[in-house]
Amino acid sequence: MTAVDERPEAEIGKARRRKEDAHLITGRTRWTDNLSVPGMLHLAMLRSPMAHATITSIDPTDARSRPGVVAVFTGADFKDVQGNVPCAWPVTPDMVNPGAPSLAVDQVNFAGECVAVVVARSKAEAQDALEGIDIEYEPLPPVLDMDQAVKDGATLVHPNTESNRSYTWVFESGAAGTGAPIDDALRDAEVTVSRRFVQQRLIPAFMEPRAVMVEPSGEGVTVWSATQIPHILRVMLALTLGLPEHKVRVIAPDVGGGFGGKIPVTPEEIISVLVARRLNKPVKYTESRSESLMAAHHGRDQLQDITITATRDGTVTGLDVHLLADMGAYLRLVGPGVPILGAFMYNAIYKIPAYRFVCEGIFTTKTPTDAYRGAGRPEATFAIERIMDELAVELGMDPMELRRKNWIKHEEFPFTTVAGLTYDSGNYEAATDKALELIGWNDLRAEQQERRDSNDPVQLGLGISTFTEMCGLAPSRVLGSLSYGAGGWEHAAIRMLPTGKVEVVTGASPHGQGHETAFAQIVADKLGVAFEDVELIHGDTASSHKGLDTYGSRSLAVGGIAIVNAADKVIEKARKIAAHLLEANEADLEFSGGKFRVAGSPGSEVGIADAALAVFAAHNLPDGVEPSIDAEATYDPENFSFPHGTHLCAVEIDTETGMTKIRKYVCVDDVGTPINPLIIEGQVHGGLAQGIAQALFEEAVYDDAGNLTTGTFVDYTLPSAADLPSFTTERTETPSTTNPLGVKGVGEAGTIASTPAVVNAIVDALRPFGVNDIRMPATPERVWRAIHGGGKHRAAGGTTAYGGASTSTSDGDGGDLQ
Amino acid sequence: MTKINVKVDGVSYADEVEPRTLLVHYLREQLGKVGTVVGCDTSNCGACTVDLDGRSVKSCTVLAVQADGGEVTTIEGLAGPDGELDPVQQAFHENHALQCGFCTPGMIMAVRDLLRENPNPSEDEIREGIEGNLCRCTGYQNIVRAAQAAAGVKS
Ligand code: FES
Ligand code: FES
Repeated sequence: MTAVDERPEAEIGKARRRKEDAHLITGRTRWTDNLSVPGMLHLAMLRSPMAHATITSIDPTDARSRPGVVAVFTGADFKDVQGNVPCAWPVTPDMVNPGAPSLAVDQVNFAGECVAVVVARSKAEAQDALEGIDIEYEPLPPVLDMDQAVKDGATLVHPNTESNRSYTWVFESGAAGTGAPIDDALRDAEVTVSRRFVQQRLIPAFMEPRAVMVEPSGEGVTVWSATQIPHILRVMLALTLGLPEHKVRVIAPDVGGGFGGKIPVTPEEIISVLVARRLNKPVKYTESRSESLMAAHHGRDQLQDITITATRDGTVTGLDVHLLADMGAYLRLVGPGVPILGAFMYNAIYKIPAYRFVCEGIFTTKTPTDAYRGAGRPEATFAIERIMDELAVELGMDPMELRRKNWIKHEEFPFTTVAGLTYDSGNYEAATDKALELIGWNDLRAEQQERRDSNDPVQLGLGISTFTEMCGLAPSRVLGSLSYGAGGWEHAAIRMLPTGKVEVVTGASPHGQGHETAFAQIVADKLGVAFEDVELIHGDTASSHKGLDTYGSRSLAVGGIAIVNAADKVIEKARKIAAHLLEANEADLEFSGGKFRVAGSPGSEVGIADAALAVFAAHNLPDGVEPSIDAEATYDPENFSFPHGTHLCAVEIDTETGMTKIRKYVCVDDVGTPINPLIIEGQVHGGLAQGIAQALFEEAVYDDAGNLTTGTFVDYTLPSAADLPSFTTERTETPSTTNPLGVKGVGEAGTIASTPAVVNAIVDALRPFGVNDIRMPATPERVWRAIHGGGKHRAAGGTTAYGGASTSTSDGDGGDLQ
Repeated sequence: MTKINVKVDGVSYADEVEPRTLLVHYLREQLGKVGTVVGCDTSNCGACTVDLDGRSVKSCTVLAVQADGGEVTTIEGLAGPDGELDPVQQAFHENHALQCGFCTPGMIMAVRDLLRENPNPSEDEIREGIEGNLCRCTGYQNIVRAAQAAAGVKS
């Protein structure tokens, strides 16, 4: 007979309901806009209605005399102290950064830029007074089209630069020593397929508008902000405004979504700090949705020229990528680096011998861009997965067979790619086979043929996306090699309380991900304590003093491991105490289920809670041992984590109306060892919705004067429940071999994978009509035009993807069709 | 200023409001009922949804003066006196129907209203029924599940 195992049931792997929910479902929330401090004033921002103009005069006299108005400030008031909105990622040594004022001084460079701020007793009074600011502009020509922007003689966005090109970043496998020279592959190619794909501009559109509240205190400030990065914000505020860092406290209270959209340090945060300090009064600013859509950073917006080469039998021999990436008017915190993250992902899951990636960062007079869920990797995945389909057509091969022939086999891991990354693990065959079975691929193919044969007005299309991504940002030395301005480690501390309860401090900063639940599960298992006995502390630089925050699917894969390491240290410290109390040798103690026992002599045991109480009392400790078993750890990952999966999409297209309906969406994701399957599923669902939205619904559109015409939720069409299907989401589990939990990131996977699956399905449905591409979002009108325009339709024919009269929601002849 | 009498989450208030004040601003700024939130300025997101006299309304589309003499229930008034959750609140928790939680007050109010009108909705009816409420985090699937679960409890 075996002894009864007294260990509590494992927490890791359980579909725990979230600790976070209790206050969120009852309305007891602490969104920044819900907060106030005594004596607080309200801010309203005057924003430029012009995309590009010099400011010839500003007269705030009338606004200053409006009821309730305390002060009005313009760029002139802060120009000597505001510094620049920080950019932490100079991707090349000669990257041009013209500077980014928080309040425009002489010139505005995008519609929505802040030009003045009103401070008033109430928000309504502040907003009412905006119209009392008399401001005159001298218009300059807008710069909207990236191809035009880099031509000689183009209008310059910034007068202090020589061109609209901020940087050119190049990787070439021959030169890097990671593969063969690309020129050889291009020269010797048996088959070459080239395409230009357009990554349309998207808006993160987190549901909680950004808000910031600032309370000045002596030399410093306390800042509450709807941010993903309280720790980075603290450092950046100190550096930008010359504040003593130890006098700056940043708190991210409840934060209502981010998706990258709450990563950068914002002009509004800096303005709020400047105003609070100038007036020595607390202030709060909350943006409206229209302001958010117009002025909070946008994402994507790349023109992708991609060439793939292969042998006639379908072996890919080379990949050549050239990007124009729209930075918008200014470089935000990590904006220049976002497309560069894609550099490592175009080769995706394939064994490609030769590879080149060139990215030019371009200034335009549009809202600045920065990270949006996936950040560079969705764009890369889209381009490679789209062109694999086009290559398959060119070769007359089945698109899945082409992928199988070229992907890394599961027995080939670890595998170093042509981009220089080493993928630790994966099993693309297993995920693919499972997905094909779940969707009923062969039956759908048969049905597709029937519909084609019978000229059914409703055509069926099948799309594939076999993806991987790099996440868990990031090994600090890799970031260093990419000239990023910080590391990629994460910090954790564990505090053992005398009653046996546990406080866990993390530098990750959640805004919907469920850290409080997932991290408690990890700690419960590691320390053998109850899930309910673990409390997470986060998002306040006073209590969680050190961290690099939450983005890039890093919280679990990096922050979670820091917690594991801290827990290991707690156990080692407690072991000394337990050995002393048990009068045993440390080396003879086993630790499991929260208890230390002497190996081979059951009976006497000391629990981790006993050790916590023993150090609290400190009456009877071994000589020279401090009265604490608390511990902290900082973890720097050795490698990224590489989740992967196979996403399959079946669409029905009504050829008479152009309407696309997702009939079935199946994905099998491999995110390694699951900590909480419920949270994983939620992350995948939300990610899919955003990726599908790029394929079908969303685009930030500018008119030819540079005004955002999709500036409300009426025009920027987030999908509603009625627009989306139910997804079939399954998993395979190939543990990561580079971290002790075997986990991989999951936050971005759904978004990265789903866009090409949907677009490939649409193109697949339309091939009989001579269509081999479709511009995103594939609205009914675009699909209808593609069907009726036959082979003339191109996703981005010519160079008119953006700008001028050709940019419109309705795709005039100058746009899509030419 | 206009005088209004309104009952919110069981408490009666008599207040002076500006005629232009929206119900949501009255709730948040005058009553401190900040559980109800504002997600847009074009009445598209539904984050501000509350019950007014037994019907769900987007409180950013109603003037505070229109609620005069009426009874408002917000997300803060749903749980019972001992903290027991409304079945829809419970279902949202059980089915992981929220992530950041910003849309959640409005979603819960909208789902309650939907189930009042149609106690046994199909998946499509649920999806259509909550079309006026946007969520950026969940992809809606678990919200639909939560609505189905709550319907099961209620019917
Ligand atoms: S705030 Fe009322 S619908 Fe958006
Ligand atoms: S849970 Fe975040 S918007 Fe719905």
